[in-house]
Amino acid sequence: MSLTLEQVQRIALLARIEISETEAQTTRGHLNGIFELIEQMQAVDTRGVEPMAHAQELSQRLRADVVGEPDRRAAYQAVAPETEAGLYLVPKVIE
Amino acid sequence: MIDKSLKQLGQALAAKEISSVELTTLFLDRIARLNPEINAFVTVDRDKSLAVARAADARIANGTAGPLTGIPIAQKDIFCAEGWTTTCGSKMLANFVSPYDATVIAKLHREAGMVSLGKTNMDEFAMGSSNETSYFGPVKNPWDRARVPGGSSGGSAAAVAARLAPAATGTDTGGSIRQPAALCNLTGLKPTYGVVSRYGMIAFASSLDQGGPMAASAEDCALLLNAMSGFDERDSTSLQRPAEDYARDLEKPLAGLRIGLPKEFFGDGCDPAVMAAVQAALDEYRKLGATTVDVSLPNSHLSVPAYYVIAPAEASSNLSRFDGVRYGYRAPDYDSLDDMYMKTRAQGFGAEVKRRILIGAYVLSHGYYDAYYLQAQRIRRLIADDFVAAFKSCDVIMGPTSPSTAFKLGERAADPVQMYLSDIYTIAVNLAGLPGMSIPCGFADGLPVGLQLIGDYFAEARLLNAAHRFQQATDWHRRRPADIV
Repeated sequence: MSLTLEQVQRIALLARIEISETEAQTTRGHLNGIFELIEQMQAVDTRGVEPMAHAQELSQRLRADVVGEPDRRAAYQAVAPETEAGLYLVPKVIE
Repeated sequence: MIDKSLKQLGQALAAKEISSVELTTLFLDRIARLNPEINAFVTVDRDKSLAVARAADARIANGTAGPLTGIPIAQKDIFCAEGWTTTCGSKMLANFVSPYDATVIAKLHREAGMVSLGKTNMDEFAMGSSNETSYFGPVKNPWDRARVPGGSSGGSAAAVAARLAPAATGTDTGGSIRQPAALCNLTGLKPTYGVVSRYGMIAFASSLDQGGPMAASAEDCALLLNAMSGFDERDSTSLQRPAEDYARDLEKPLAGLRIGLPKEFFGDGCDPAVMAAVQAALDEYRKLGATTVDVSLPNSHLSVPAYYVIAPAEASSNLSRFDGVRYGYRAPDYDSLDDMYMKTRAQGFGAEVKRRILIGAYVLSHGYYDAYYLQAQRIRRLIADDFVAAFKSCDVIMGPTSPSTAFKLGERAADPVQMYLSDIYTIAVNLAGLPGMSIPCGFADGLPVGLQLIGDYFAEARLLNAAHRFQQATDWHRRRPADIV
């Protein structure tokens, strides 16, 4: 398998990382080297093997629906980029 | 004082031979003197550390101290600590001051009463095996300043190796505690997945990440694991198990211990000088009464390929939160929302992090998910099953931690695949979720060699026992670089 330059640019768009033409060229070389390593997996017959998503077979733990955390709004607002009147100010998201 | 074990430091504090303020000052002075050269710490705050030391002295005076109260420790900068800058080695978080404590931080400081000496350097978002991907510059190996300390917990490893701290925390996703421990002559332990809480530990690959101790000896690591571990309702994968004393079996004789030697870890691909030190360590174990048996991990050669699908896939999801909106870096100039995201992430992440996000985005994308991500998860199962089979005929598995000693700065930085293969012996353990350790077992051309010990699930006490008895018969773990005084 070998990624094309267009594929590299498409992945970068999906990941929301701006990438220049020159960077895409270098990245393509690196990614192809890594995928060459990854391709070793394709030779293995894994039919009937249950995929393992996690080290422990856990089911989602549930807890009583009661408030457990204290109100720490002031501490969290203190590290936000911008706040006003107790609200978080974010870049314009609706254009 | 810099060569004392944590137990001895605790005794000295209890006997009032030294105060926590004096001990903390001693290490802070060492950091001030040696860190400019080693670059192990990225954040030090003398006043904050000394205030905690004074509180520890008060606990010692009023009789409420525990065995670790007042002892200083360095924290990997992946752990959120309230009021401390927490960067994860990234420009993205260079100015992030955490508003809360990770559970590990709360347990070590608020409960056990240890004193933080500061935050240690690391590969950016824990992605690396050399500490060269840090936004804050590479860490130098105290054994040879032209070489890497390993990664991603390279700052923690260098800090302890240069005796800038008696102990440190690390995290291990593919070998990030064990490999730097091996390269810097330390004892490091990655616990069974789920034993140490991940709450407040900045996520890289959530199904693999696990925090653990790095120190001079197995005894030190046992005391630290006692303080760090335990169920945490804030971590959905934290295991509900009765509390354990990980130091309980330290002194048990090793007679009858069956050591499994996977043939895949003893073939080509390992530096012969590293292998010689490992073989000598195995001879020592035989002298201590252990027997060795050959075992096989037939799918272990697939662990690096499977890991470089699973870990980047999880990372691409975890790191999507760094979008320039909520906290952290935001690009100064942009002309639309998408442009803000794209520029923020292009400018805020380093090359290795971007590479892994791109791999992850690709293997999770439509049309490739089954061929890569599901296939990797199936291979993960095969790798875990290999260990289950091997542990039927042995109690602990041993082999080299790393195929080479510390490599030169820059030597592997240009070739990601070469760098990834540094973790060839450690990654399978993370995929299976097993506990693993690295302990000092000798030197090759003046550079430390690590012996890896792998245990069955929840066999930390047994690993620590095997490590401790070896350390009572040898003194490799007590050696420090000749020019570190």
